[in-house]
Amino acid sequence: MKLDPRVPSGPLAQKWERHRFEMKLVNPANKRKFRILVVGTGLAGASAAASLAELGYNVESFCFQDSPRRAHSIAAQGGINAAKNYQNDGDSIRRLFYDTIKGGDFRSREANVFRLAQISVNIIDQCVAQGVPFAREYGGQLSNRSFGGAQVSRTFYCRGQTGQQLLLGAYQAMCRQIRAGRIHMHPRTEMLDLVVVEGRARGIVVRDLVSGQLQSYSGDAVILATGGYSTVFYLSTNAKGCNVTAAYRAYKRGAAFANPCFTQIHPTCIPVSGEHQSKLTLMSESLRNDGRIWVPKEPGDRRPPNEIPEEDRDYFLERKYPSYGNLAPRDIASRAAKEVCDEGRGVGPNGRGVYLDFADAIRRLGEPVIRERYGELFPMYQRITGEDALKQPMRIYPAPHYTMGGLWVDYNLMSTIPGLFVLGEANFSDHGANRLGASALMQGLADGYFIVPYTLSDYLASTKQTPAPTDGPEFKRCEAEVRERIARLLSIKGKRSAQSFHRQLGKLMWDQCGMARSEQSLKKALNEIPAIREEFWNNLCVTGREQELNQELEYAGRVADFLEFAELLCYDALDRDESCGAHFRIEHQTPDGEAERNDEKYAYVSAWEYTGVGKAPILHKEMLEFEEVHPSVRSYK
Amino acid sequence: MNFTLHIWRQKGPQDEGRMVTYDARDISPDMSFLEMLDVLNQELITKGEEPIAFDSDCREGICGSCCLMINGVPHGPERGVATCQTYMRVFEDGQEIYVEPWRARAFPLVKDLIVDRSALDRIIQAGGFVSVNTGGAPDGNAVLVPKTHAERAMDAAACIGCGACVAACKNASAMLFTAAKVAHLALLPQGQPERRRRVRNMVEQMDREGFGNCTNYYECEAACPKEISVNFIAQLNREYLAACLDGSDE
Repeated sequence: MKLDPRVPSGPLAQKWERHRFEMKLVNPANKRKFRILVVGTGLAGASAAASLAELGYNVESFCFQDSPRRAHSIAAQGGINAAKNYQNDGDSIRRLFYDTIKGGDFRSREANVFRLAQISVNIIDQCVAQGVPFAREYGGQLSNRSFGGAQVSRTFYCRGQTGQQLLLGAYQAMCRQIRAGRIHMHPRTEMLDLVVVEGRARGIVVRDLVSGQLQSYSGDAVILATGGYSTVFYLSTNAKGCNVTAAYRAYKRGAAFANPCFTQIHPTCIPVSGEHQSKLTLMSESLRNDGRIWVPKEPGDRRPPNEIPEEDRDYFLERKYPSYGNLAPRDIASRAAKEVCDEGRGVGPNGRGVYLDFADAIRRLGEPVIRERYGELFPMYQRITGEDALKQPMRIYPAPHYTMGGLWVDYNLMSTIPGLFVLGEANFSDHGANRLGASALMQGLADGYFIVPYTLSDYLASTKQTPAPTDGPEFKRCEAEVRERIARLLSIKGKRSAQSFHRQLGKLMWDQCGMARSEQSLKKALNEIPAIREEFWNNLCVTGREQELNQELEYAGRVADFLEFAELLCYDALDRDESCGAHFRIEHQTPDGEAERNDEKYAYVSAWEYTGVGKAPILHKEMLEFEEVHPSVRSYK
Repeated sequence: MNFTLHIWRQKGPQDEGRMVTYDARDISPDMSFLEMLDVLNQELITKGEEPIAFDSDCREGICGSCCLMINGVPHGPERGVATCQTYMRVFEDGQEIYVEPWRARAFPLVKDLIVDRSALDRIIQAGGFVSVNTGGAPDGNAVLVPKTHAERAMDAAACIGCGACVAACKNASAMLFTAAKVAHLALLPQGQPERRRRVRNMVEQMDREGFGNCTNYYECEAACPKEISVNFIAQLNREYLAACLDGSDE
């Protein structure tokens, strides 16, 4: 396997423009002769499908939900960044680029990030033109807010539903193309394999989730926009249906998987309330603007929060990071919360929680101001926990939220399999070891609206391909393998449900490979995962049949992939013997507990090659070179 | 908490459905309604019985997947929340709970509590968009939008497309759903060029799918998890009337 990032030559600021000129075009009359398969209908998938159909390509679009409008991008609350500098507060493309590189702890590719910052401004224009109802000022201009620790106001938003509105914009653009017959939409359809013919991605095998039928689709290129894999931890802020299957099956067919250990833990989620819990709910990070985070000074202090006097409280973020205080970045705030809970000072029924206290802000500003400022959040918290956070402090705890890792892609967003493009959270490209707030929406839409339409055309124009009919041997072989796997899952007839295995794996991953990792914990996980997998394949119980709507069967297939993928994640975390961004190895910290990066040895992207189930994957390294920025120590003290 | 559940079971569209009674024991008041069903399903699986099929995804009230009729009310007793954000503490210990799918001619049943809501997608496909290709959009601030218009457009755009409005309506009308999209785009300058065509096409598609019409009972507004106002239906009627009288863009 050879990793060629294909970064264009020339000065950073001119690379994309130069590249766009150098790329080949497909004649408008020929575009309809190409068929493109797009898997996933989140921001990246929907924007790519719509844009490619507008250009004239034939698009087949697939999603496992009942409608393309339901993909999990819809749940993003905060906003989308763009270097518009509408506020005249010193923002620029270069500043957004720099913030993103630094926020990612210097583990992303400069050229990609610079392009992202350049394109950010076009995204806002495009979304406004589609009728996305962004927040406005009284003068009619677009409104901005600051977010995620940035020093400028560059975040555009639609109340607390920015992801929903951006996704509906892209969904509606898709709807227009579905009506025009240029997109064929396949809802309730799950991709189960990638078909590679003569070294190129030429098709997919899918299962119709209503009838249970397997079907193959052939195309001239395949685009995966299938999201992240936070649900490997079982409990996360992701939707129940989020999974790694499409990306993982592509990995098993030869696509390299990059930086799987870069998983972001979001500090402000509602803590776990019991064994039954199916997901964790995020409370917007903006709450940290007014809330003060604390725990009791003494371990085991079980007094109700209002009875703990000021001198017995530890405002640990304010104590450790006097200049950023409660606004310290996500990875740092999350780790600090874990630390105090590990010391036995956590709060709530199971001791895994810290207080987020609004009492001071209410005293200073009055309850109505706080209530108005955070709108839906307080009622939502009360609905879930039954507690009124205006009367007693909120309880929060970190939870898996976003995965920076993903399939390796070059500058053109193409994976190591020619013809397989990977967009959005499913690729690894832009966020390095830690993503900044309001940057996920930006990246998904940049990939789909403005990058892949160019780079895919270049690929199609410079590749000669013969038709790959779905009755060809490669398709038949893939179909047979998928069928065999489904039959195996159904034939075990054991005693445990897929959910019980998923929960067991998730707990192991969270304990051993979550917010803090060590050589010892990772080896322990690598030791235990095969045993869980072994039991899964011997004691799984899947009810129902193949040829029907069978949610247990769907779920079992996804858990089976997580049971292999989890090992890959641990191998990567074990190899990366440094702390950087969201990846914290306890062996590498300063005396006061801060992450210690090792640029000399680990300034690379880890790209893993599949070698077989239970076998150690092969590591390939893409060395990162920094021409414009000088890697420095992130300090928030 | 303990509950007696009566749940609609139906193997497929051609099969006959019936209510089946289940006991839910030791349910925590902190569980969501769907987590309670998860627990029940786990019990069924370990007994080798088929679990109850239902749609859900984000479980934070925004994706619009979940769609249960709980004691005759779409999304259950609490106002302004989706099924996934309904928590068991709103029920009384020992209560009998009836769980059914959305029922409407335009929403054919798929299995158990799952229905096919693709008719709503086809209403959007008929015109619920702005015809603008990627690229070449003017600067975001080139066209000013009064704050009040943007806010009202956002009130309408908040629709999550769950179909509770249809399920709540005795006419199985999708007018609130259609009105929300028509109003969202009609309130913004970007929606103006296609304003007339859009409403005509969307209303025609709505009729074609077999949805009924509004007779002003406002059950839709009461059931909507995003509390979208029926005033938008009044706006839809005005828009439709104006579009029928003004054929200039046909």
